[in-house]
Amino acid sequence: MLRLQKLTKTYKTGDQALKAIDLEVPKGQVLALIGPSGAGKSTMIRCINRLVEPTSGGVLLDDVDLTRLGSGALRKARREMGMIFQEYALVERLTVMENVLSGRLGYVGFWRSFLRRYPQSDIDEAFRLLDRVGLLHMADKRADELSGGQRQRVGICRALIQNPKLLLVDEPTASLDPKTSRQIMRLITELCHERGLAAIINIHDVALAQMFVPRVVGLRFGEIVYDGRPTGLTPDKLTEIYGEEDWEATIEKVDDDEEVEAAE
Amino acid sequence: MPVLERDDAHIWRRRTTGQSLVRWFGWLLGVAVFVYCWQLISESTTWFFVWDAPRIANDIWTRATPPKWDYITQLGRPIWDTLNIATLGTIIALILAVPVAFLAARNTTPSALFIRPIALLVIVSTRSINSLIWALLLIAIIGPGVFAGVIAIAIRSIGFCAKLLYEAIEEIDHSQVEAITATGASRWQVMAYGIVPQILPAFAGIAVFRWDINIRESTVLGLVGAGGIGLQLSASLNVLAWPQVSLILIVILVAVMISEWVSAKVRGAII
Repeated sequence: MLRLQKLTKTYKTGDQALKAIDLEVPKGQVLALIGPSGAGKSTMIRCINRLVEPTSGGVLLDDVDLTRLGSGALRKARREMGMIFQEYALVERLTVMENVLSGRLGYVGFWRSFLRRYPQSDIDEAFRLLDRVGLLHMADKRADELSGGQRQRVGICRALIQNPKLLLVDEPTASLDPKTSRQIMRLITELCHERGLAAIINIHDVALAQMFVPRVVGLRFGEIVYDGRPTGLTPDKLTEIYGEEDWEATIEKVDDDEEVEAAE
Repeated sequence: MPVLERDDAHIWRRRTTGQSLVRWFGWLLGVAVFVYCWQLISESTTWFFVWDAPRIANDIWTRATPPKWDYITQLGRPIWDTLNIATLGTIIALILAVPVAFLAARNTTPSALFIRPIALLVIVSTRSINSLIWALLLIAIIGPGVFAGVIAIAIRSIGFCAKLLYEAIEEIDHSQVEAITATGASRWQVMAYGIVPQILPAFAGIAVFRWDINIRESTVLGLVGAGGIGLQLSASLNVLAWPQVSLILIVILVAVMISEWVSAKVRGAII
């Protein structure tokens, strides 16, 4: 469904963030993108929806090359790709409801969105999503009143209300405590499952990635050095991705003993 | 920060000997320049008038007190004009400053090469000329009266408001803009959802701050004939009606105090 062809990004400074990346993501597959800081994970995700312009190569979403689209067509294509951010990136001074509805901006006209006159179907869907992530009672709160985990769930709602085919997830758990991190990862993978969404999840925490996703891609210096099942991540492989370190503790089988609290 | 090693101990001083000498010499130079300037000023001062100053000041004080309280009936209308000049001028300035600020901010300008310098030029040129001078020019162009005052205040305020606003725009959190862009929002929607909510508190703060300044500026516009209470002030000064002058000064003081109180309240409510 999503195919990256020789995707390359060279920054003005001369840093090659991505070196001819080839990657194929089938429909409904959730994959984790791991790698050290500066390996190009964020750049790769942003090159897909062109928040960062790729230097060369192609991004094919259902056989449409996103890198060739004009601004109008690009906006339409962006609606198909929901994005979830590390620091949540909610509009702090707007309410939870407004933040969720902002996911529909690609579908409604300027004045309707400016006057907050969203179609009733969008509002119904927003309430349904907030209920699904357990934040229905917060709909009228301002986004900056929420805790980290709650904000990230609002961010997830904003991405899902776009009705996307693909989720681009940039370090969703980097600012969260370990328990909330698991809850958020579980929520994202569950929702992808429910809706048959493909997702690319940038993540630092290898153990967390192994717990929740069926496929892991390792990036180092802008190149893919690992692509396979999470069980195949041996100490050797991790050394290849991250460099020399004692990996035994990281890949120790993690018991998921907190199965119950999906999304309280 | 020099660290000296002596007898196995590290001795730390804030400055090296050389740095201390340079600083000492700098202070010496500063004092010398001050003394020299003092002498220059002293030479070109007519000291006779200065020695005379307390007596003259006392003389004016006795003439000006008590204020001519019943003159207040004639001041209602001028002070109302002054408030209107300040308020209308501020509103017009804000309307014009918003687009200028968006054109001047590095992250929202359509063209950093051509349009941004023009916007910056507007900001600098309107800021650099005092509102009294704007008023003088405008009186020559559109005639004396309140309208000239309003326009003078408006032009003078554009640069100030636009400058503070574009700095606020440049300091916004970019990730919120990114998130709105990623939903497929149009340029205007990104502005309305990603940028405007972030700069709204700054905007409100700038508006009341400038309004507060403009009340003070508009009290003197009448001196050159641009309406408001300054007109009464200059008329009273011309006929040496000191009790009227003192009453006008009291009225201005009260108006400014009220405006400061209002703007402090408004700013407190926003933040």
